[in-house]
Amino acid sequence: MADLLLWAAVIVLALTAAGLLRLLRGPGAADRIMAGQLFGTGGAAVLLLLGAGGAYAAIDVALTLALLSAFVSLTFAVYAGRAGTRQALGRGEE
Amino acid sequence: MSLLIDAWTVLAVFSGVFFFLAGTVGLLRFPDALTRLHALTKADNLGLGLIVFGLLPQAVDVWMALKLIVIWLLVLIAGAVVSQRVARVARAQESGQ
Amino acid sequence: MMAGLVLDGLLALLVLAVAAWTIGVCQTFAATVGFTVYGLLLAVVWMRLAAPDAALTEAAIGALTGVLLLRAAIQLAPSEAGLNRLRPALKLRLLAGTLAFAITATLAAVVFHLPEPAPTLVPQVTAQQASTGLGNAVTAVLLAFRAIDTLLEAVVLIFALVAVWSLAPDAAWGGIPGAQIKGGSGDVRAYLSRLLPPVGIVIAFYIFWVGADFPGGKFQAGTLLAAMGLLATMAGLIQPPPVASRGLRWALVLGTLVFLALGLAGMPLAGAFLAYPEGWAKPLILLIEAASMLSIGVTLGLLVIGYPAGQAEQ
Repeated sequence: MADLLLWAAVIVLALTAAGLLRLLRGPGAADRIMAGQLFGTGGAAVLLLLGAGGAYAAIDVALTLALLSAFVSLTFAVYAGRAGTRQALGRGEE
Repeated sequence: MSLLIDAWTVLAVFSGVFFFLAGTVGLLRFPDALTRLHALTKADNLGLGLIVFGLLPQAVDVWMALKLIVIWLLVLIAGAVVSQRVARVARAQESGQ
Repeated sequence: MMAGLVLDGLLALLVLAVAAWTIGVCQTFAATVGFTVYGLLLAVVWMRLAAPDAALTEAAIGALTGVLLLRAAIQLAPSEAGLNRLRPALKLRLLAGTLAFAITATLAAVVFHLPEPAPTLVPQVTAQQASTGLGNAVTAVLLAFRAIDTLLEAVVLIFALVAVWSLAPDAAWGGIPGAQIKGGSGDVRAYLSRLLPPVGIVIAFYIFWVGADFPGGKFQAGTLLAAMGLLATMAGLIQPPPVASRGLRWALVLGTLVFLALGLAGMPLAGAFLAYPEGWAKPLILLIEAASMLSIGVTLGLLVIGYPAGQAEQ
């Protein structure tokens, strides 16, 4: 059982890491924030799977992460929105 | 009985993993930012949701189960609010081009 | 067993890849997102290394650092394009590369030459831990065995804030820190800022409370409090007090004052600075942690908000 949960954690980590290609490619700030957000959710899922596998403290880490990733994603989106209208950060540097 | 519970956990967790797959593929393959945003919410809502659902019977006490649910709710609420803002960023980008 | 190995291998590769990409990418905003992702990865790595306290700290501090860097990136954005065009000379880049390589090689050599088994103080800590009444060995080390380090770290945090405040222009000194934000109460941001802080404060107190016996503690809890305060501030729902405010100053130093006072009280009562009288260790540590949580939360929040800039800035 614990082994299966660990495999699930491996797959989720690999999938969300593949999603990070969006962070690499962009092209816009919105895509980068999305890649970060997907990784945040994936990270929480990985921690939960580790936690259910016996490392109970991981649940508290996931709780902290879920709370803070809401704060971080929102801040990033708000600032990118503000800067995007000024054309300073919105798109890749040419 | 415990076999049944374990079977449920495996089924729900791997269904959740499937939605993470859907989210990632969508994020990578969809043509523009707004459709990618649509794909992302599937991983947030259903992917994590199903994993939490699957892990609930494995919780050692009520508090752990409660924490699992709170984590999912936090991600849900944050996802809803953040995607609204991200969509705004994406729209500004497109009209700015 | 196999799954664990694959997970660890994948994590190691990802940490390296994200770190390299974060350094290599030219666009500051992208690098900031990359750095935040890197912090998250490290939290999972610490968890795999069976160091949940470090994982919790990394998750908390990594998020706050991400926001701090983002604000710096926004400030620098106007001059960024010009700076990117100014590439340093080849000689300078070679020198920097050689230095970085030398440091990495030295570190690698040191790691490979560590004595086996590594020297450890774990037996001493476990032998003495019962005397503190704490279940979490990390908290016992931080607040009893090496309390002096923790005390000095709290002081460093206040110095960092003083350094940030010292950037304030003369005319704005004593005013409200950070850029003035007009409250948009109908905004979806304001919605989250009303919904999240009550939940976040409960979670912060939970993380603080379990810190005595399980992973957690004042620092992580303080970070959560700071994040919740920032959320409300950035939505314009609350306003930070002016830096000249007496109440704010007290809140900043409360943790350090309580720590110092109880530490000094230890001299007549327990025979040494920062020693706790027999049987009183746990309640006193909880008192110090509670006061420190408040001070750390306020200090970290103000560090992110920045210095008073006056009315000139938007």
